[in-house]
Amino acid sequence: MKTTISYPTKEAMGKTGSWRVFRPVLHEDKCIKCWMCWVFCPESAIRKEEFPKIDYDFCKGCGVCANECPVNAIEMRREEK
Amino acid sequence: MVAIKDLPEEEYVLEGNAACPGCPITIALRTVLKALGKDTIMTVPASCSAVIQSLYPKTSFAVPTLNIAFEAAAASASGIEAALHAQGKDDVTVLAWAGDGGSYDIGLQALSGALERGTNFIYVCYNNQMYSNTGVQRSGATPYGAWTTTTWTGKKERQKNLAEIAMAHNIPYVATASIAYPTDLYRKAKKAKEIKGPKYMEIIAPCPPGWRFDMSKTVEMAKLAVETGAWLMYEFENGKLTFNGPSKGIVEGSREPKPVEDWLKMQGRFRNLTEEDIQKIKRDLKEGWEFYRKKSQLF
Repeated sequence: MKTTISYPTKEAMGKTGSWRVFRPVLHEDKCIKCWMCWVFCPESAIRKEEFPKIDYDFCKGCGVCANECPVNAIEMRREEK
Repeated sequence: MVAIKDLPEEEYVLEGNAACPGCPITIALRTVLKALGKDTIMTVPASCSAVIQSLYPKTSFAVPTLNIAFEAAAASASGIEAALHAQGKDDVTVLAWAGDGGSYDIGLQALSGALERGTNFIYVCYNNQMYSNTGVQRSGATPYGAWTTTTWTGKKERQKNLAEIAMAHNIPYVATASIAYPTDLYRKAKKAKEIKGPKYMEIIAPCPPGWRFDMSKTVEMAKLAVETGAWLMYEFENGKLTFNGPSKGIVEGSREPKPVEDWLKMQGRFRNLTEEDIQKIKRDLKEGWEFYRKKSQLF
């Protein structure tokens, strides 16, 4: 029987970073590395490196990370054209 | 309990998916799949989760996923489990991942059947209290007073309690969780994986476009639902009911819940509530806590 199979791929919906209106910017001096932003990112667009690393190719700019950051280390800045 | 920084780093929900910004489903699914690991087969009925995978020939879910008809999540999970068992692959976890429409309403008989047959699988209902995918219609999980496109003066009925229905099947594990408590959710999913037999889990998933709130507030909303007592987090294991996090104090009466208005007023769907409606919601919540307090003392 023939059936349609999709294969796991990043970018299945393209570079979703283009949806973004506000860009989260991390201030590393304030970051306490609690990883709340990482665990709550709906997009899996935050990596665990020395500091949280935001992947701007895919971040949709929802702002959950900035809202959940307990020390307000993430600032939402309007994207410029 | 595992700390947030110690959660596994593997991602099974890939970047560049089709979810709305601030989607609670991907937050929940990320955490659940971190707990279940790569040896998982998922079955998804018609729901937002079917859309989030995006378009053929690509998918954003990095575990084998079967997309199935709306009513058939639990039925297909039974089939997958039987096939795995026949091949001797008993170490693979079968996960049915359905929304509240596919669980409370359309998938209820298949779910009940699978629970009754003792199928060895995990059924997770992510509950956003409406049919979000088709444009916000009322479901059996929509609470009293909530606006949807089919209850535009506010729903007149209370929601049903599917976790109670699942418990009535005498299954080994029933749990409710919230996306705002990821370590609790992770622990529950991990526990469900270890238990043999049917497991039912329900996760509150506040939907920004459906509930009418800002997309950055998804997690805050899920947290407030727990802190106000509008959503209770508990585990039902071998007949014993235990409460987790803030719900424990609220049910036992040792913790003063936040006023439920805080939660209601953040959501556009409750904008038309009158003072009587709010009083009714408060009475209903109190009744619910009282019911669970008595129930947790039974065994």
